[in-house]
Amino acid sequence: MNKIIKEYVDKLPNKILLDVESALPEKCVDSKIKKIMEEMYKEYLYSLADPGESVGLVGAESIGEPGTQMTLNTFHFAGVSELNVTTGLPRIIEILDARKKIKTNMMELYLKKECSGSKNVKKIAEKIKEKTLESYTKEVIINVADMKMIIALYPKELSEADLTVGIVSKILGKSFKKFKFKVENKLLTVISSSKDDALKEMYKLKEKIKDTHISGIKGISQVLPVKRGNEYVIVTAGSNLKEIMKKDFFDSERIISNDLFEIEKTFGIEATRQLVINEVVKVLDAQGINIDIRHIMMVSDAMTMSGKVCGINRYGIVKDKPSVLARASFETPMNHLFDAALIGEEDYLNSVIENVMINQAVPVGTGLPGLVIKVK
Amino acid sequence: MTDVYLNNKFAGNIKNPEDFVERIINERRMGKLPITINCRHNKKSDEVRIESSGGRAVRPLIVVKNGKPLLSEKHIEQLKKNDLLWSDLVKQGMIEYLDASEEENALVAFSEDELEEESTHLEVNPLDILGLATSFVPFGHYNHGVRLSQGSKNQKQAIGFYMANFYIRIDMDVNLLHYPQYPIVKTLTHETLKYEKHPSGQNLIVAVMSYEGYNMEDAIVINKGSVDRGLARSTYYRPANVEERRYSGGLIDDVSIPDKDVNGFRSEEDYKFLEEDGIIYPEAKVGEGDVIIGKTSPPRFLNALEEFDLTSSSRRESSVALKHGERGIVDFVTLTENVEGNKLIQVRLRDQKIPEIGDKFTSRHGQKGVISIVVPEEDIPFSASGIKPDLIFSPHGIPSRMTMAHMIELLAGKTGCLAGRKVDGTIFSSEKEKNLRKELLDLGFSEDGCETMYNGITGEKYKARIFIGNMYYLKLKHMVSNKVHSRARGPIQLLTRQPTEGRANEGGLRLGEMEKDTFVAHGTSLVLKERFDSDKTIVPICEVCGLIAINDSRKETSFCPVCGENSEISNVEMSYAFKLMLDEMKSITIYPKLKLKGKY
Repeated sequence: MNKIIKEYVDKLPNKILLDVESALPEKCVDSKIKKIMEEMYKEYLYSLADPGESVGLVGAESIGEPGTQMTLNTFHFAGVSELNVTTGLPRIIEILDARKKIKTNMMELYLKKECSGSKNVKKIAEKIKEKTLESYTKEVIINVADMKMIIALYPKELSEADLTVGIVSKILGKSFKKFKFKVENKLLTVISSSKDDALKEMYKLKEKIKDTHISGIKGISQVLPVKRGNEYVIVTAGSNLKEIMKKDFFDSERIISNDLFEIEKTFGIEATRQLVINEVVKVLDAQGINIDIRHIMMVSDAMTMSGKVCGINRYGIVKDKPSVLARASFETPMNHLFDAALIGEEDYLNSVIENVMINQAVPVGTGLPGLVIKVK
Repeated sequence: MTDVYLNNKFAGNIKNPEDFVERIINERRMGKLPITINCRHNKKSDEVRIESSGGRAVRPLIVVKNGKPLLSEKHIEQLKKNDLLWSDLVKQGMIEYLDASEEENALVAFSEDELEEESTHLEVNPLDILGLATSFVPFGHYNHGVRLSQGSKNQKQAIGFYMANFYIRIDMDVNLLHYPQYPIVKTLTHETLKYEKHPSGQNLIVAVMSYEGYNMEDAIVINKGSVDRGLARSTYYRPANVEERRYSGGLIDDVSIPDKDVNGFRSEEDYKFLEEDGIIYPEAKVGEGDVIIGKTSPPRFLNALEEFDLTSSSRRESSVALKHGERGIVDFVTLTENVEGNKLIQVRLRDQKIPEIGDKFTSRHGQKGVISIVVPEEDIPFSASGIKPDLIFSPHGIPSRMTMAHMIELLAGKTGCLAGRKVDGTIFSSEKEKNLRKELLDLGFSEDGCETMYNGITGEKYKARIFIGNMYYLKLKHMVSNKVHSRARGPIQLLTRQPTEGRANEGGLRLGEMEKDTFVAHGTSLVLKERFDSDKTIVPICEVCGLIAINDSRKETSFCPVCGENSEISNVEMSYAFKLMLDEMKSITIYPKLKLKGKY
């Protein structure tokens, strides 16, 4: 790195320094570089937020105002073969509230280079799709005389999923210990081991057995291979990162889910911060709304800075506010007041809302600076 | 077997529902059953429902058989000659009334050329698919559907000649338009409803042009000369009612000029309009605070002593006075008795409203706007023939809203005005635009309705030719004089010491939570503090216990009710609402202790 540029290592972010260096022409006089860096530093300082700037409120207004326009024009493409994903305002609310159960979770699975051929993709996609016995079953017959249930399976579908009747019977045997599963004539035969009420049990089993998980990954209800650039991506409805990471044909560095908590569990809080930003930006872009990304980054920071995901509600970031009055002014004031009274909490009136309540200057902007000299 | 229900009650079973329903309908058409009976076979639930109850909405339709309406040209001729009446058509089964249920099984053709082999009915007039207000919109079939409904909504708020006996009525909150006119461009509904007896607008000369930017954003420019000649003036009537109520113990309200020692006596000045009977005289010009009917009531709660001493001193003043911002002239005074036999006094106030900046007007196409300036007549643009528009409408209101009918009405109005006739603008069957243009040309005007105009201020000729013609405009009941409001100081609420709410109470304009946020976002925290100090108070606080102390202003000492005389007490400035919150916290057994610290 240039000597003059190096002087600015502690003053400017590294990214800017690298950008400047790469943009410099090969031969450049030192005095000119110096001038450039001085200008650069000035510009950098100028673009920083001023002390006492209400960045949070400006951010809230910047997101909130376009948000009001959004509610009206949320639309869906009816009947198009696409995964149904929550977008628009409902999705934004879902993200910012940090809901544990989101309406439609999905994953985007990138494949490792060696298995990204178009034929492979379809096969892999089918393989990870969660399948129950029902989807393989051709016919179920209950033989009342012999107290047997005979299940006929589709041979073609079985072989496509690398299964045999034998494997299926073993899987079933594991989950239904009361019954015996056998293969006779390529047909799955079930015999009840209990003597009394065998027929009743059998009928109950007939319904239960349909939903038994046979192949694929749990939770993935739909798969859709999509071509993105030169490669194929499998978009799934439903997500299960833990199981997907076990499969070796996925590029585990690029796998993405839209479930904040799942990402937090598997990839950590930093990844979650980025996910919040990405997901919000994605919704806003789809609506044609342009919000400076720094506002969203700050929201994401606020949600994740405690090391766990906090929604913007009374269970999340509002709960962590140090001031009782600030918490009470948001929601459920009585609970906050009583809880504070129990432990004798003290309010130092350090933030905005408390000072609005008692009608004192709020400590932002012109209300921030105070006298340094003590008047006696 | 199909179940049959008569007025939602099970009546029995039948085998062949189709035949059954057909028989009922045929008998109704033949006059054997009343015309108000409706019958329907619901194929889905396989049940027959017969309705004869009152309160159902029914509508007339022409009966169609084998793709041909029963009502023929011959009948129409007879109708014209008055040989045949509507009731005869119904009696003869040519026209029948269907309710919502029977309509479900009918195939109604919209017009004669839409008749099919399977059609069961024909619309009497295509107009029938519209509501009343919507059918008042001329050339409605040229409009965007949304504008059509907005136009009809606006018409409901128009002020006009609402009732011919208005002078002897006492109605709540009514407006009466001076010199109302029948529209030049009318529809069939205007005729059938005798609109000339209760019109609600005026035919104005409208120029579609810009005027010095005053008609931006739907604003309209109006001609002062026209206003002076009485255009769009109206009268606003408002009643004041007082009843001499009777209370337990033989006590009674008393309508009279209140005595000076009555509880809550206003001032001599406020009662100046009252005559001996305590009621105002007609044609008195009253303003804010003036008493219209003087009244005193007995006290609300009687203690043992007062029960024997019912002198005026214990009575309450309960007169009716004009509230903040109200004014008018007393129009009419009546003295009657109400249902309970109490004396009832009704006074009607009148107030003339001259169009002014802020009054709302609309054409019949949802093109509403507010007067932004009243221009002196000499500054109004004029045409080559010397015509000056009453109203100038902005051309920017047209493209995005696509109200073609607005412009066609203007053209039609011009044609009608010049030809001295009314133009039919009935939806789906209006006069053709082509013919109107031709007629206009024959009258010696440009067929597109445009005219050369001159700037009223400079006298220069406008480069563009201006589209000018006659339109029916409606004055809407929203007038600024009923709405303007501002306040600097004024009354406050007892509990919170914050300003009262609403115009009638001379209230403040709330600076709400989101408005507060904008101050915070700007970092102007001292401005915010100043805006919120409407309920500022100074509270003495005991520094030992942190609770509110007592200030004895007579002895000029402060003391703490908890810690006694010797504790240090400081005066603290805070919002009264916060002091109230501290009190409320105490009431739920929370001890809000204030720790004081020097400000500097």
